[in-house]
Amino acid sequence: MEQLKTIGRELAMGSQGGFGQSKEFLDLVKSIGEARSKAEEDRIVLSEIDILKRKLLEPDIPKRKMKEYIIRLVYIEMLGHDASFAYIHAVKMSHDDNLLLKRTGYLAVTLFLNEDHDLIILIVNTIQKDLRSDNYLVVCAALNAICRLINEETIPAVLPQVVDLLNHHKEAVRKKAIMALHRFHRKSPSSVSHLISNFRKRLCDNDPGVMGATLCPLFDLITEDVASYKDLVSSFVSILKQVTERRLPKSYDYHQMPAPFIQIKLLKIMALLGSGDKSASEIMYMVLGDLFKKCDSSTNIGNAILYECIRSISCIIPSPKLLEAAADAISKFLKSDSHNLKYMGIDGLGRLIKISPDIAEQHQLAVIDCLEDPDDTLKRKTFELLYKMTKSSNVEVIVDRMIDYMISINDNHYKTEIASRCVELAEQFAPSNQWFIQIMNKVFEHAGDLVNIKVAHNLMRLIAEGFGEDDDDADSKLRLSAVESYLQIMSEPKLPSLFLQVISWVLGEYGTADGKYSASYISGKLCDVADAYSSDETVKGYAVSALMKIYAFEIASGRKVDVLPECQSLIEELLASHSTDLQQRAYELQALLALDARAVESILPLDASCEDIEVDKDLSFLNGYIQQAIESGAQPYISERERSGMLETTDYHSQDHHEVPSHALRFEAYERPKPSSLRTQASTELVPLPEPSYYSEAHQPISTSSVSERESSEIKLRLDGVKQKWGRPSYQSSTSASSTPPQAANGTSSHPDVGVGSSSLKPRSSYESKKPEIYPEKQRLAASLFGGSSSSRSDRKSSSGGHKPAKGTASKPPKENPIPVQPPPDLLDFGEPTATSVTATDPFKELEGLMDSSSQDGGSTDVMGVLYSDAAPVTTTTSVDSLLSELSDSSKGNPGTYQSQTSKGPNSQEALEKDALVRQMGVNPTSQNPTLFKDLLG
Amino acid sequence: MILKICGIVRIPPLSKIRFILLQNRQGKTRLAKYYVPLEESEKHKVEYEVHRLVVNRDAKFTNFVEFRTHKVIYRRYAGLFFSVCVDITDNELAYLECIHLFVEILDHFFSNVCELDLVFNFHKVYLILDEFILAGELQETSKRAIIERMSELEKLE
Repeated sequence: MEQLKTIGRELAMGSQGGFGQSKEFLDLVKSIGEARSKAEEDRIVLSEIDILKRKLLEPDIPKRKMKEYIIRLVYIEMLGHDASFAYIHAVKMSHDDNLLLKRTGYLAVTLFLNEDHDLIILIVNTIQKDLRSDNYLVVCAALNAICRLINEETIPAVLPQVVDLLNHHKEAVRKKAIMALHRFHRKSPSSVSHLISNFRKRLCDNDPGVMGATLCPLFDLITEDVASYKDLVSSFVSILKQVTERRLPKSYDYHQMPAPFIQIKLLKIMALLGSGDKSASEIMYMVLGDLFKKCDSSTNIGNAILYECIRSISCIIPSPKLLEAAADAISKFLKSDSHNLKYMGIDGLGRLIKISPDIAEQHQLAVIDCLEDPDDTLKRKTFELLYKMTKSSNVEVIVDRMIDYMISINDNHYKTEIASRCVELAEQFAPSNQWFIQIMNKVFEHAGDLVNIKVAHNLMRLIAEGFGEDDDDADSKLRLSAVESYLQIMSEPKLPSLFLQVISWVLGEYGTADGKYSASYISGKLCDVADAYSSDETVKGYAVSALMKIYAFEIASGRKVDVLPECQSLIEELLASHSTDLQQRAYELQALLALDARAVESILPLDASCEDIEVDKDLSFLNGYIQQAIESGAQPYISERERSGMLETTDYHSQDHHEVPSHALRFEAYERPKPSSLRTQASTELVPLPEPSYYSEAHQPISTSSVSERESSEIKLRLDGVKQKWGRPSYQSSTSASSTPPQAANGTSSHPDVGVGSSSLKPRSSYESKKPEIYPEKQRLAASLFGGSSSSRSDRKSSSGGHKPAKGTASKPPKENPIPVQPPPDLLDFGEPTATSVTATDPFKELEGLMDSSSQDGGSTDVMGVLYSDAAPVTTTTSVDSLLSELSDSSKGNPGTYQSQTSKGPNSQEALEKDALVRQMGVNPTSQNPTLFKDLLG
Repeated sequence: MILKICGIVRIPPLSKIRFILLQNRQGKTRLAKYYVPLEESEKHKVEYEVHRLVVNRDAKFTNFVEFRTHKVIYRRYAGLFFSVCVDITDNELAYLECIHLFVEILDHFFSNVCELDLVFNFHKVYLILDEFILAGELQETSKRAIIERMSELEKLE
């Protein structure tokens, strides 16, 4: 520990190792690192806050000191403590003329403040000034801040300058200006809708960085409106072609792939543009095909591009050849050892299966392996795939699996999702009603609190209506089976409320319908429910209503009703319930028991839950009564609207409502008020100005003058007490750019009806598949998932032929494939990993001895030891090379990528020095140390 | 821009990358950059949850975990976890490589980066990150361009 402090001091004085911070800062970081508990850490931070609070109050703090305080504050905030007392100092620092201080100020401000913070207004002015600076680094700093801090209200203050900066001579500035403009577009599309043509222009920028950055906003724009960008298809294709032909500077290479991140962005855009568009897709075939050939599937990044290609192909209208290439790539993924790649493969399969349904069948074993993998992420992805390939022949297996998994997990978010998928699949493909009810029971039992209440209502409706066929016999069988299953499940403890509601309802309606169960048996069960879940009023309500129905049916059929004693006591208890709803139900039940059969039958007829009840909204049956009352001198009814005289004010309200989004600060002077004669004319057709879309502008083009007229009238309207903080809602008329009718914007918006990509639809295709005979333990599963044609299956289909899915969504009949298929022998290879693993010679092994000898003096294992144990540097460039190609199973090295590093970068001498320093600070190598490096860079 | 196309409203997400976290194995946050506004308490929760999700995963498992309605792509370098939170449908491998590119840049800038570098120079890491990712989008993917920009800033020190 003592040693640590000395080192810290040395560091503070001499800035060895490039740390270059003051002692206090180093001490802070160090003591936090040494803290043994969260409480201790908190204590340190709180005392640090005290110190800083005091220091900040001192007069004339030297700027350099101030900068350090700010950095310490950033650190404190990062640890999760509140440093808001010092935000203002960070803001002040951003005003400083010294670039270094300014950067620090901006950095702190962007980390401290959200875009809606009150202090932002103090920064806007500085940003405006900095955007005009001659020093491009200042401009960059301001643009960085803009991307974080500018909100809808402040956009107009900086917008013109940002637009000017798009033509700045420095590419770094242009790039950041693009990003800032993109950000504005996301924040408030209407404010930049007239500027989006700039994005197109910048696509042709000489600098690849700027071009790459431009792809981000273009992706968004194309997502919103594909049709307007169809003309760019060939441009994107040719850019991608150039990229793959290595026409970009070498500095964009990453692991020997030319500008892979730009390629991926381009592929995403092409997927949008080619979706549902044959001619656009055709332009892309060439370059996509080339990509499959060129991508190095031994590196992660190569695979990332391949995967993106698969995605694009699944979106566009693909050629058979491309589909084949994509399928090949997928099978490579699935055969890989890496979980990451398997995951991508499963995902790709899910995408492609929509287009070529038979693609999954050759991968069935790989899919089952993934399904049984202990990795949850992979498992869930596989369930997603299964969900996509469900059809009536395999729905049982898939849903059973899903339910098993659903029961096994605790994550409520995913549980909800998988439960709703089970329900959806069951509703869509249920082979039989019994099965459907079973599945629903399971879903309710294990995730009843998570499923949508609609699901319960659907189930009740299904049981009540039957499956829509005119087969009363089947319906009553269904009901009986439901009742039976519920009576069985009811004994289980702690059922979800929603499920109990369904159970109570069904028992009430159909518990005694078949005559199998006596009224007293069912009512006893219902009383048990009300008793066991006495804190759940909804369930109790359902139970009481169910009791009422049971007794009503008994009375109506002329049998004598014996109210069970427990039932009687329940009713009595509820008569005094705090819940008025329960009380009412109990009174109704009590009243019903006293009525004669004829009256009861008309109140609660048997099995009439599906009958329509006509509601007389006008209450016409009361007309006579009203007539009478009026004749005897009563006042006629006046509607509430008329009574309160709200007619005019409602107009104001709607107006105000429209204007809300336009509230904004003004950064320009107010115009002179216009003559009042215009007011009346304008107010009649008030169009809220900065409407989020420019449709209104497109449809009724307004001249500049009329805009300002309208605005002037708005001022007047505002004066009548409409809540308004500052100024008018719109600054548009004064910014030259927005006052002219936006031509380009109109152009882009004029095809609202195009662009609904067919990709958003999820066509559910059925497909046939074969059943190879391999791996006895998995064979059955594979067969049931993928094989749609086994004899047992067709039996079931015919037996359940009479049923229709509940929701009326017709399931496509599965295609029969009667040809028995011989198992392809080579399928056996599927289980075995085929990837060749090249064992990389670990350069650290060689260094191990060296390190051990240098660190023998590192004594005790303290927290610092744990903290920094991993923090030791890589030693040679060659090691970096080989390790960087992580996951790729190859230690080929990347001489191209790392040339620059050999010239400038680390050398072993330096690394060892640093290592020694780290060790001196009390870090002793733990057993992980040698592998650390492997981790650190690959 | 909210555009109604046949009744479908497509709203692009506010930011592709929601946040980037650097945490050590103990869950100490070494760097946190949020591209969506979050409450302080919410940030705590996020950091805690992400750490819990990531720290005990088998090294063989995928580097992707579902996180609420999003996905966290993470990568472990020695004792440090780099986590990026993105949309559930985004290209995972690409972000995995993004992290790696970022680490390569750090490695280059600090000449063999170690956790210590990041701890003591976290403000510089923020500056590097600002050159790499802006407003939640990949801004520059050329390592050289970023290193050059940083060395220009360094000259001022």
